[in-house]
Amino acid sequence: MNTQSHTESFDAQPIAPTVTQATQPFYWSVRHELWENRSIYIAPLIAAAVYLLGYLISLIWVPHSMRALAATHSTPQIVVLAMPYAHAGMLCTAIAFIVGIFYSLDSLYGERRDRSILFWKSLPVSDRTTVLSKAVIPFVVLPMVVFAITVPLQLIMRLLSMAGALLSGGSATAIWRQLPLFEMQLVLLYGLIVLALWHAPIYAWLILVSAYARRAPFLWAVLPPIAIGVFEKIALDTSHFGWLMQDRFFGFTQAAFDLKDKNGVPIDPHFIPLAQLAPGRFLSNPGLWLGLLVAAALLAAAVRLRRYQGPI
Amino acid sequence: MTVIEARGLRKAFGATIALDGVNLRVEEGRILGLIGPNGAGKSTALNAILGLTPYEGELKVLGRNPWTERDQLMRDVCFIADVAVLPRWMRVSQALDYLGGVHPRFDRAKAEGFLAKTDIRHTSKVRELSKGMVTQLHLALVMAIDAKLLVLDEPTLGLDILYRKQFYDSLLSDYYDRSRTIIVTTHQVEDVQHVLTDLMFINRGHIVLDCSMEEFESRYLEVTVHPAQLAAARELMPIHERQVLGRCILLFDLKTIRPDRRQLTALGDTRTPSIADLFVALLGDKRGDKPGNKPSNPAGAAQGVAL
Repeated sequence: MNTQSHTESFDAQPIAPTVTQATQPFYWSVRHELWENRSIYIAPLIAAAVYLLGYLISLIWVPHSMRALAATHSTPQIVVLAMPYAHAGMLCTAIAFIVGIFYSLDSLYGERRDRSILFWKSLPVSDRTTVLSKAVIPFVVLPMVVFAITVPLQLIMRLLSMAGALLSGGSATAIWRQLPLFEMQLVLLYGLIVLALWHAPIYAWLILVSAYARRAPFLWAVLPPIAIGVFEKIALDTSHFGWLMQDRFFGFTQAAFDLKDKNGVPIDPHFIPLAQLAPGRFLSNPGLWLGLLVAAALLAAAVRLRRYQGPI
Repeated sequence: MTVIEARGLRKAFGATIALDGVNLRVEEGRILGLIGPNGAGKSTALNAILGLTPYEGELKVLGRNPWTERDQLMRDVCFIADVAVLPRWMRVSQALDYLGGVHPRFDRAKAEGFLAKTDIRHTSKVRELSKGMVTQLHLALVMAIDAKLLVLDEPTLGLDILYRKQFYDSLLSDYYDRSRTIIVTTHQVEDVQHVLTDLMFINRGHIVLDCSMEEFESRYLEVTVHPAQLAAARELMPIHERQVLGRCILLFDLKTIRPDRRQLTALGDTRTPSIADLFVALLGDKRGDKPGNKPSNPAGAAQGVAL
C-alpha cells in the first residue's frame, strides 16, 4: 500500500507508487513551537534591551560609583568590573527560566484546551516526537537563546564602555584588557548547560502536569509537592523533601562549581574563573543522573498520557 | 480492497456504552455517510478508526491497528474533525510549511492551487479568517494530501449554505476518485444525500441501517396517499406516517412488505424519501427526549429497526 512502508502490506493490489517526500517531523515540530510561542525569544530579547538601556544611562555616573566602591569595599576590582556583565547574563537566564516554566506548564495543556490537538494528531507525527519537541524547548532551545542574546549584549556593553572611556580621554584597549569577557562567556555557557541538566526534572514534571491537568495546571504542578512537604513535616517532623526541592532548584552551584579557591577563600559568583569549574564533580554527582532518570520517566509518562487524552 | 473492517467494536465511558459491538466494513472508493442522533456513537466510532481512542474488539484501518500504529496510519488517512481544530495562531504560510515538513504525501503546489481559488491570503492567521474560510483552508490542506481515507466529522458545522455546497462540490470534483474513500458524519443530511454512495445509521452504539444508496433508492418509497385510500394504505404496514398540509405521507420498506412498487403507485404520488425522512422513521421515536409529535406506526417502526 505504502511504497516506503516496511510494515506488513495490507493487500497485494497494484497501485501506482505514491510520491513521497522525505519529512522531518521533529524539526518541524520544534519550528511549530517557536511559531506558536514567540515569547521563547522575545521575552529574553526585551529583557536584554531594557538592561542595555539601563546600562547606557548608568554609564554616565558609573565611573564615580565604581571608584567609590573600590575605595570603600574590599571587593576585588575585577568583580566590580564584571558585575554588570554577570548581571546581564543572570537576568537573561532568570527570564528564560520563567518563560520555560510557563511554556512547559502550557505545552500539552494548551493544545487540548484550544482543541488543536485534533489537528496535530491528524498528521503523521507520533506522540513521542511531539512531547520531545516540546521538552527540547526548555532543555536546549532556551539555554541557546540565552547564550545567543547574552554574548552580543555583553559585547555591546563592552563597546559602549570603551567608547565612554575614549570620550573621557581614557584608553579603550586598557578597558578591554581589564576584564576577560571571553572567559566569562565560556563560564556562562558551562553554567547554562549545567542549569538545563540540573533543572530537567522540574521541566519534565511541568510537562507531565500539562498533559494530565483538565484545568488549573499551575495548581496541579505546585500543590502536590507542597502537600508532600507538609505531610512529611507533620508525620515525621523532618524536611527532607523540602531540602530535596531546594537542592533541585539551587543546588547546581554547589554541584558544578568550586566556590572556594585554593586557599579556601570564597569566590564571588559575579566572576568565576575557568579554573573554578568542576565538570568532573558535576558529572559524578548521583543527583544529576537521578534527576535525568526522573525526567526521562516523567516524559515517558507524558507521552503515554497524550496518547489517551483528547481535547478538554 | 477493504479500507475499514470492524468486528465487535465496543467502547464504554464508565456506565455509558458508546459503541456496543459494532460490525462494519467499508470498501475502497465509497463515500459513506454515518448518520445518527447526538450521542449515538458516531464520533467515538470515528475516533477509534483514527486511533484517537482505545477500544475493545477488532478494528483494522488500511490493514493497520489504528491504536498502536496511529502515526503510521496518518500518512494515508486525513481527517477534519471540526473547523475549530486548526490552531488559531497559525499563518496560512506556516500551515503550508508545516504540512510540507511533516507529511510525506503533501503536495504544496496543489494546496496553493486550491487556495488561489479562495480569498485566503498566505499571510493571514487562522484567527483572522471567517469560519467558512477556515474550513476552505482546512479542506485545501487536506485535499493536497494524497490520502486513501478521508474522515470528515461534522465538517460543515455552522457554515452557510453556499460554503456547504462549495465544500461538497470541491470534494467531489477536485478530490474524490474511485481509489479514495470518504466517511462523513453530519446532521445536515440534505447536503450529502446526492454525494454519498453508502448510508449508515447509528443509534445508541448500534448500527441501525447499512446500505448502499442504490439499495436505499430501490428499497424505500414514500407515498402521498389519497385520503380515500388511507385505510388501504395503512393495511400495508408503512414504517412511518406523517402529515404534511393535511395530507398523509406514508413511508414503506419494500423489503419487509409484500406489495411491490406498482401497488403503492396506485395509492398516490410516490417518491424516494429523503435521508432525513427515513432517519425520522427509523429513529425518530427511539429517543426519549423527543415528544411524539410525529404519528408513527409502532409495529412498523419496530420492523424498520429489526432490519
